Amino acid sequence: MATPTEALDEVTPATRELVLDLHRRMVRIRRFEERAGKLVESGDMPGFLHLYVGQEAVAAGVCSALTDADQITSTHRGHGHAIAKGAEFRPMFAELYGKTTGYCKGRGGSMHIVDMNRGMLGANAIVGGGIPIALGAGFASQYRNDGTVAVTFFGDGATNIGAFHESANFAAVWDLPVIFVCENNGYAEFTSQANHMRLTDIAERAASYGMPGVIVDGMDALAVREATIEAVDRAKRGEGPTFIEAKTYRYFDHQGIKGMRIPYRDPAEVEAWRTRDAIALIEAIGTERGLATAEEFAAIWAQTEAEIEDGIEFARNSPDPDPADILDDVYTV
Amino acid sequence: MTTPETTTRELTYVKAFNEGMHQVMAEDPDVFLIGEDVAGYGGVFHMFDGLLTEFGDRRVKDTPIAEQAIIGLGVGAAARGLRPVCDLMFMDFVGVAMDQIFNQAAKMKYMFGGNVSVPLTITTAGGAGMSAAAQHSQSLEAWLAHVPGLKVAMPASAYDAKGLIVGAIRDDNPTIVVLNKRMLGVKGHVPEELYAIPFGVANVVREGTDVTIVAIGRMVPEASKAAKKLEDSGISVEIIDPRTVQPLDTATIVDSVKKTNRVLIVHEAVEFGGIGAEISSQIQEAAFDYLDAPVARLAAPFAPVPYAPILENAYVPDAPRIEAAVRRLLERR
Repeated sequence: MATPTEALDEVTPATRELVLDLHRRMVRIRRFEERAGKLVESGDMPGFLHLYVGQEAVAAGVCSALTDADQITSTHRGHGHAIAKGAEFRPMFAELYGKTTGYCKGRGGSMHIVDMNRGMLGANAIVGGGIPIALGAGFASQYRNDGTVAVTFFGDGATNIGAFHESANFAAVWDLPVIFVCENNGYAEFTSQANHMRLTDIAERAASYGMPGVIVDGMDALAVREATIEAVDRAKRGEGPTFIEAKTYRYFDHQGIKGMRIPYRDPAEVEAWRTRDAIALIEAIGTERGLATAEEFAAIWAQTEAEIEDGIEFARNSPDPDPADILDDVYTV
Repeated sequence: MTTPETTTRELTYVKAFNEGMHQVMAEDPDVFLIGEDVAGYGGVFHMFDGLLTEFGDRRVKDTPIAEQAIIGLGVGAAARGLRPVCDLMFMDFVGVAMDQIFNQAAKMKYMFGGNVSVPLTITTAGGAGMSAAAQHSQSLEAWLAHVPGLKVAMPASAYDAKGLIVGAIRDDNPTIVVLNKRMLGVKGHVPEELYAIPFGVANVVREGTDVTIVAIGRMVPEASKAAKKLEDSGISVEIIDPRTVQPLDTATIVDSVKKTNRVLIVHEAVEFGGIGAEISSQIQEAAFDYLDAPVARLAAPFAPVPYAPILENAYVPDAPRIEAAVRRLLERR
């Protein structure tokens, strides 16, 4: 069973700008997810969603250490990564509504959000499928010597699939500027970590590929950011990949916003993790250290709400795709 | 336009392919080659001889034995604008890399709403006839041709081996070029200059009036041998080599059938669900009223490729059986 990790490292450096930036990224993810989840539940929006709520500190911490030119590959639980990398609500909601104004013109939906202008190389509905693609993004950086890095996000479950192992070895042997970010939320869909591997710390796997394995508190965006900065520096020095294991937790089910349909998790476990909520943590750090005020955090929540309503409105009013165009973009012509 | 007739220079199939690789890499600095033993050894079939020496280890690289990572690296690098050539050595190995081929490379353009192109080329060697048995002899082109987004070339001459690899690398879509292992040493006329053969344009190998043979890969020269024998009996055979099975040049095939009114389709993949089934269906949809006999197929039986030479010879169609199949087809009234 997954358990909460050690308490926040009190010496983690923080500035006012950083605290507000991380807070904004996390609030944007959370409110997007909660609203989108409700819209699917009510039948207003098609498809189904793998919600990221609970894990916001990982996407926010990592992406705050990247530039638009750095690349990421994502997962089926990818909204958080896209938003943290700078994706906008309007084309995201439009994509979830299947509209032409969406990031994928309504062709991809929730599991395929892409934003090439911000280095978001796509969410991916195949567990582990994005990991080898990040090798290529990192290889392109190395080939062009352009100083960028590639980050691949994946879960604890994905570290059991061959694509992960092939890619980890490959990145290490070619010193590729790739950062492997394992979001260990303790569950591969509905199967607990104890039932899908013998390890407690997945970062141990890194050593077998000859790369550093770092464990970080995945509820602490500042700590995630620090680890990422170190990994980015290492990659840019040409020293190759780093594996970061962020211990985190998924508040909702594998899919959807409703509660557990089957009791595969102990409610006490869920509650224990919720007491270490990433957004509450950054707000506590900000106010206790005198870096930001409760009013400033409240303003971010309020502004996010307004932007979300604007995004939903935009999506609802956007045109549907035309079935006559169904063959467009199968090939580049 | 460059044609085999514009030169008397002869090269083997594999040397012609190799020359195309050299020339297209010299033309475009974004082209690079990765795969198992492609650099130091030049590829197990010497497809890539001399490339490491000419272009260096930045652009020509040996990889770990990790087919998912090889193709995934190509996908990611292609999405970032490079033009990777990823070698899979034996066509049978596509199975190991299939997720990256059909879920990632093939679909990115479409599911990302046209925002990403994947100019990836996969090279591999298919076909039976070397006692290489069930896992080193297959012809799996129908699998690949079935996936929207992929293009599949099956060069059947030295001239085509060069022109199709150049065409594939210049194409902005994921392409698979399937060399035939038994044809590597077959000589043909190959112009020295750089030329590309476009995908989706069939080659009328031989013009005739009594019967059409649509032949794939190594079945093209076998059909030519059969046609010469049939000519002695006063039977005029037209041979169409589609060159690429995806896209498929249905128009050229249908035009030929409308002229000859009888057609035999030959490939060395198993008959059931093979590309011949698709070609047959397209012919009857477009030219049913022109047919004087049912569309005939000659292909491998529904079994894995066997090892013993006597079994393998019985398995793969050859000139005598093509000749017999044509005679049977002409007996139909």
